[in-house]
Amino acid sequence: MLYIKNLHVKLEEEDKVILKGVDLKIAPGTVHAIMGPNGSGKSTLSYVLSGKGGYVVTEGSALLEGAELLEMEPEARAAAGLFLAFQYPVEIPGVGNMTFLRTAVNAQRKARGEDELSAGEFLKVVREKAKALKIDAEMLKRPVNVGFSGGEKKRNEILQMAMLEPKMCILDETDSGLDVDAMKLVADGVNALRSTGRSFLVITHYQRLLDHIKPDFVHIMSDGRIIKTGGPELALDVEQNGYADILAEVV
Amino acid sequence: MAAVLQAKQDALALRIAGLDLPNSGWSASARADALTRLSAMGLPGKRDEYWRYTDPSSLTAVDPTPAAPFVYSDEKMVFTDIDRLRLVFVDGVFDAAQSDDPTLAGVEISRLSGTGDPHWARDMYGVLETRGQTPVQRPLAALNTAFATDGLMIRATGRAAKPISLIYLHNSESSDAILHHCIKIEAGAELTILENGPAAARLNMVMEIDIAEGGSFHHIRTQGRDHDRRAVTHLFARLGTESRFKSFTLTANGRLTRNEAIIEFTGNDAVAHVAGAAVGDGKFHHDDTVFVTHDAQRCESRQVFKKVLKNGAVGVFQGKILVKQGAQKTDGYQISQALMLDDDSQFLAKPELEIYADDVICSHGSTSGAIDDNALFYLQSRGVPKRVAQSLLVLAFLAEAIAEIEDEALADDIRIRMENWLARHEGK
Repeated sequence: MLYIKNLHVKLEEEDKVILKGVDLKIAPGTVHAIMGPNGSGKSTLSYVLSGKGGYVVTEGSALLEGAELLEMEPEARAAAGLFLAFQYPVEIPGVGNMTFLRTAVNAQRKARGEDELSAGEFLKVVREKAKALKIDAEMLKRPVNVGFSGGEKKRNEILQMAMLEPKMCILDETDSGLDVDAMKLVADGVNALRSTGRSFLVITHYQRLLDHIKPDFVHIMSDGRIIKTGGPELALDVEQNGYADILAEVV
Repeated sequence: MAAVLQAKQDALALRIAGLDLPNSGWSASARADALTRLSAMGLPGKRDEYWRYTDPSSLTAVDPTPAAPFVYSDEKMVFTDIDRLRLVFVDGVFDAAQSDDPTLAGVEISRLSGTGDPHWARDMYGVLETRGQTPVQRPLAALNTAFATDGLMIRATGRAAKPISLIYLHNSESSDAILHHCIKIEAGAELTILENGPAAARLNMVMEIDIAEGGSFHHIRTQGRDHDRRAVTHLFARLGTESRFKSFTLTANGRLTRNEAIIEFTGNDAVAHVAGAAVGDGKFHHDDTVFVTHDAQRCESRQVFKKVLKNGAVGVFQGKILVKQGAQKTDGYQISQALMLDDDSQFLAKPELEIYADDVICSHGSTSGAIDDNALFYLQSRGVPKRVAQSLLVLAFLAEAIAEIEDEALADDIRIRMENWLARHEGK
């Protein structure tokens, strides 16, 4: 599904190298988790894959089903099936959540050569999916993320994911700022989307999210590289012992 | 000082030398009074504080600068699908042949230059304009009252069955129109006025609006797409007890526009909202100048002005809220914002509050900025193409102003104009 090869990235505005050769292969239908200390480059990886400005790729590639993501505009990456659930979803005053969702869904359908959804069809689907995430009609009417609580914002991200039906989902610290119940709700939303044709890359600091979204593989990232890969037990190890032992072991 | 005034009066003498002051008919004495006021002031000059950000020369010059009429080809004119009473002016002259029969239940309509004598208008013509001359002089409005060649006297006595739509066509490259309308909303009456079109190469327009107790006036205006047209407009509104006034203006294109709104609360518990959305690309200078006077209790005023500027366009906002002594529980709000789509454009804002009552809420804000890159990326990351995302964000920026239009069909019509403008002007 996603094949990242020797990815090197630096900041555009300063000579600071963030990613120093990331290699990662994600097969269809699998869930990968990336853990790592602050500043190890986890969020940068998610931004670079989704096409945010401000970064320069100096080496390497990232293929989504064989197509080079790094040469595409952000919207083309989305249409190709990539989705990033933001750590800090952006507030957009003046744009209704419903308008936003519909514009996004139809833009992607159009880019893929599919017919746009009619207002009626769209409404039916969105209501059903919103209900599962306990997103009420009022939240759909409000401007995108404006006045949403931390939990509402994250649920709104998962709703977008459910509506857009991407192939490759990246969740950037989706658990941050969530209480236990909200995390469960979000995790249930993600689990409902798990399928053989859809892969996940879950970036998190804490093992507890992985209790709810069970990963097939866990990677430890440090200083711009993936330094260790294992099964779910690796996350438990981090939770109990911190990163120090793993880092020491690698060096 | 004397020399400056003399220069302004000399400019006036030149300007009005070729104009005709009607010395008969019901408006004659009001016009003579206006000429007296005007002669004392002279025409505005570049050095006037009130014209600091907008050069009035092309508005005061003897002849208008020629402006080619815009040719509509691809698009229906605004308000086409709204059920309305159409009254058409061509280059500032009422055209009965192109207009609907000017009769409407709940409303009386007559022409300024007509033969009738609308007795109520005799007591109104130039009255609010005169009140609006203090504390700030508005010579171009006095010039209008003195020399207006056409306009409508509209009196609503009940709830108007549909909006009155004033359509200002522009045919002649060198037309110079002076239009003066008086709108009287009697107690409890309701009226919506729509205006659209450039009217002329140069337009000087005054609309006086007097709203009696419990009356309601709604105004939606678009100012035409001609790139080189110039206009100075004044809305003078006086609000009685529990009355409502709402005005929204969309300005897209035009070389120079100065829209003044002078609003005065004289009765308690009234509400006045005045809003504008202006979008300019290139040689575009747009000035919103607003003066709201609270002279009654518990009144609410809102000024919401948004501008989208690119390729060297200039936006100006001068907005004032004056709360007189005794105007307790006043709720005054003012926001002026510019969205700059490049580094070449300019926004000049002068918000002012002057408050003599101690129990009021007044707030004002003014900002200018670029499109939020984070919001743009967020939309793109959801698959929305960049240009669509930009349009969405520009419309979102304008939304607070467009929200001042109460009628959804009218608001949608305005939104479509904005979207079309953005589509035509994207990426250049």
